[in-house]
Amino acid sequence: MYGKQLPIVDVTRPAPAGASAGSATPGKHATFEYLTTRKDELVGWARKFSLFPYPFVTACCAMEFMAVSASNYDTDRFGAALPRFSPRQADLLMVVGTVTQKQAPILLKVYEQMCEPKWVMAFGVCATSGGFYQNYASLPGIDRIIPVDIYVPGCPPRPEMVIDGIMRLQEKIANGRHPIINDRF
Amino acid sequence: MTATVFTQLEQSLLQSLQVPAPPDADEALPLSPERPVRSLGVQHGILVLELLPEALVRVARGLRDDFGFDLFLDVTAVDWPDRTPRFDVVYHFYSTTHHVRIRLKVRVHQAADATAPDVRPEVETLTGLYGSAGYMERECHDMYGIVFRGNADLRPILLYEGFVGHPLRKDYPKQQEQPLVPYRPPQSALVR
Ligand code: SF4
Repeated sequence: MYGKQLPIVDVTRPAPAGASAGSATPGKHATFEYLTTRKDELVGWARKFSLFPYPFVTACCAMEFMAVSASNYDTDRFGAALPRFSPRQADLLMVVGTVTQKQAPILLKVYEQMCEPKWVMAFGVCATSGGFYQNYASLPGIDRIIPVDIYVPGCPPRPEMVIDGIMRLQEKIANGRHPIINDRF
Repeated sequence: MTATVFTQLEQSLLQSLQVPAPPDADEALPLSPERPVRSLGVQHGILVLELLPEALVRVARGLRDDFGFDLFLDVTAVDWPDRTPRFDVVYHFYSTTHHVRIRLKVRVHQAADATAPDVRPEVETLTGLYGSAGYMERECHDMYGIVFRGNADLRPILLYEGFVGHPLRKDYPKQQEQPLVPYRPPQSALVR
């Protein structure tokens, strides 16, 4: 049936006589004949299972990032398996570790190079708020310079927390609006 | 065993460097370039030698050439805001043949601002003796503003161009940030 063009059914009109609802004639009204959905739901469903993370990995949280992407915990199960090492190919920026003031322009540049749609995860307490570093060197949370969608606390966070974060982000994507054209694109 | 090494080292150090033993506490002899050792002793398993800055390069060269301290580990500083001279510059050396460490300390001035505003804490560079001194002196200059006379490249290494002040000095405000990227205004978590 995949090669065949499916008939377009106009759901606003009453069904034609002889094809009353519930008694579909085989051959003419096959399974998947029509699909009703909201565009946002469809796009969100597609996007939430195809996250391509860009790991911006700077400090000790990197160890936990490796643990969470390796086979024990395996972010592949959430469609977020394949790290892209070019921000242009990624749509999830995972900021893993301490970001210093000196690195902030680099982080901002990486974020700006990513194409829409894009999401940002602050992985660990350093990326979230600077953690216990409150001094001349470190940025007190990456949300001072870029918007953040999901914060995962912990120093470092447990892999379960990261997976919970990914699932909540997926929820956010699935329930979000996905305008084809928005103010930033 | 280490203790005997240190005792021998102490003795031969003083002889070979031709410096007299440090003055006793009751003997109020002033320090001078000929008499540069302020104190000598073992602290925390390391031989510690406190010197006048004038003797630093001479002693460091003697340690490298005659005592096998061939690895320059570290240079850092200690800020004593209420003391004059204000800074200790601290050097660590390691001998890969004898497996011992030695620490050298020199005191350097931060001159009083009103009288001599241009005088900065200065000490002679060790880049002539150890190539690795270049980077470590750059870091020490970043953090404490110690000027290493003769080190031509004291650009920021851990900090960035445009950073004002020296963050590890005691008078640098603890939480003062100098962001390179302007901060976004605070936003509600619901607004992206
Ligand atoms: S949150 Fe903890 S583990 Fe993660 S980068 Fe900061 S200090 Fe390291």
